[in-house]
Amino acid sequence: MALELRAITKRVEQVTHIKETSLLLEPGRFNVLLGETGAGKTSLIKLMAGLDRVATGQILMDGRDVTGMSPQKRNISLVHQFFVNYPHMTVFDNIASPLRVAGMAKSEIQGRVEAAADVLQLRPMLHRRPHELSGGQQQRTALARAIAKESTAVFLDEPLANLDYKLREELREQLPELFAGRGAVVVYATSEPAEALMLGGRTALMQDGRVTQFGPTAEIYRRPNTLVSARVFSDPPINSAPVTKSGDRVELGHGVGWQLTGPAAALRDGTYTVAIRPNYISPVRSEAAFVPMTGTVQITELSGSESTAHFRLGAETWVSLAPGVHRYHVGEDHEFFMDPAHCFYFAPDGALVA
Amino acid sequence: MRKVNQKGWLFVLPVLLLVAFNALVPMMTVVNYSVQETFGNNQFFWHGLGWFEQILRSERFHAALGRQFLFTAMILAIEVLLGVIIALSMPRKGFWVPFCLVTMALPMLIPWNVVGAMWNIFTLPDIGLLGYVMNHTLGIPYNMTQDPLAAWITVIVMDVWHWTSLVVLLCYAGLVSIPDAYYQAAKIDGASNWSVFRFIQLPKMKQVLTIAVLLRFMDSFNIYTEPFVLTGGGPGNSTTLLSIDLVKIALGQFDLGPAAAMSLIYFAITLFVSWLFYTLMTRHDVK
Repeated sequence: MALELRAITKRVEQVTHIKETSLLLEPGRFNVLLGETGAGKTSLIKLMAGLDRVATGQILMDGRDVTGMSPQKRNISLVHQFFVNYPHMTVFDNIASPLRVAGMAKSEIQGRVEAAADVLQLRPMLHRRPHELSGGQQQRTALARAIAKESTAVFLDEPLANLDYKLREELREQLPELFAGRGAVVVYATSEPAEALMLGGRTALMQDGRVTQFGPTAEIYRRPNTLVSARVFSDPPINSAPVTKSGDRVELGHGVGWQLTGPAAALRDGTYTVAIRPNYISPVRSEAAFVPMTGTVQITELSGSESTAHFRLGAETWVSLAPGVHRYHVGEDHEFFMDPAHCFYFAPDGALVA
Repeated sequence: MRKVNQKGWLFVLPVLLLVAFNALVPMMTVVNYSVQETFGNNQFFWHGLGWFEQILRSERFHAALGRQFLFTAMILAIEVLLGVIIALSMPRKGFWVPFCLVTMALPMLIPWNVVGAMWNIFTLPDIGLLGYVMNHTLGIPYNMTQDPLAAWITVIVMDVWHWTSLVVLLCYAGLVSIPDAYYQAAKIDGASNWSVFRFIQLPKMKQVLTIAVLLRFMDSFNIYTEPFVLTGGGPGNSTTLLSIDLVKIALGQFDLGPAAAMSLIYFAITLFVSWLFYTLMTRHDVK
């Protein structure tokens, strides 16, 4: 079973919400939709689920055209960011509701609901009502409904966003194994890059109603194909600045420049945009190849064992994220060191060139 | 040891005074009248529970109370049902929403005595639009000043016209507060329209419906102005509801004692039925 989008678009009153998108989503691994709020993740999910109609293009499930089919016939499940359960029904009835609508035999419903409840540790809560449950339990009920239904596609639209930190961690760990081996296509929308990395699988980066890149999550993180993709998939935000290349050197200005090695050295001379993740800029020069850059410290944050500093260099604000506790003085100049081996170079049109 | 701060009383005092003057004092005056007999000259004689006994045994009271319950039951049944149906069929987003809301709110903005007067003129057989069309165009004899049935129908239609909007607006508020996600879930489950109503919309409307029923019960049970202006309780006594009868006794006949006793009985019934409704409609709610 695979879910395929062929050049689909979505328009609402002449405004394009989803620009032409083609994707082939496969079962077995998580398919993560990563993008900021408003990037079109929910719109895309609604199209795949059949809650909205595409303007153009085709949606295929297992090679079968389902473009005009109702959500019920597509046999899908959708778990929302906030907890959607029928308020006056018990947890059991909530999990059983799609099976009952489908007219399944009572004994089979019983078996399926209990199996799903066991997986999600809801057995003791089966006879409670949603408002007697914690947020985590309510969301697990919604997940159990998706599992009991044995849907061919499961859409999780930021399902952990409304849970508190600990529960989120716990449930995120469980999620991949929960759906492993069920043969369903799992689509998981999130706005947090870290979440995509933890879930693994494949990631589709979304920006302005468009999928900018799709592929194995780690690979995309290592090689974003455009500056936009790099920005979407970086938290804290990736640093970027214009540079001039001539010969085997690039100059950032303000006395910062470095020697190029590898494919970047082979680039034609001209202006490029360099981008580097904050964790490759450190106040410590651990290698001789690191490029020194001095900037005025503006904001500092200390989160546990990591130090973040925002510093100004010319027109750009740079962010450094380094392990360990470092002392910065706001308003004073501080020397940072950048690892040039982890720089991305983008052409003026935004495409990755090295 | 906790120190008790007596300043709290200062804060409660204004409300206490207000409530005393607008509720407790007038009510105690009524209680005072209800146990005494007066022949004017500000002379009062103790009469015990005599007035209460007289009212409770009076056929006139029974008849008015019966009419009152009939009226309230009918308008509640019609207005709640109609209100829910209209609220369900109103658009939930888009251009027509403000139009529908304002149209719905209009009847409620009209003063009660104007509503009565409006309907009175509306139904006049010779010059009223409704009266004329019924009698002269459609050929259906309709004169609510002579025919008790016509009077009843008119009073009820008038109340439905005036107050269904309240139920509509309350239900509508309940409906729009349902997140889209619930409808999506129902769509994915393939639930029928009836299931969506029964399991998503009705539970969400239940609380506002409780308020709507309570408000409409109390208002309709105490209704005075509109039927008084429309029919004056007639023809005969056919539309003399409790409040109209009460005013007749108190101000028409100036029987202060019986009127006071009747007021208290009236009040007790209103209170009891309101409590009953509230308890019945919220008994399944879990805290």
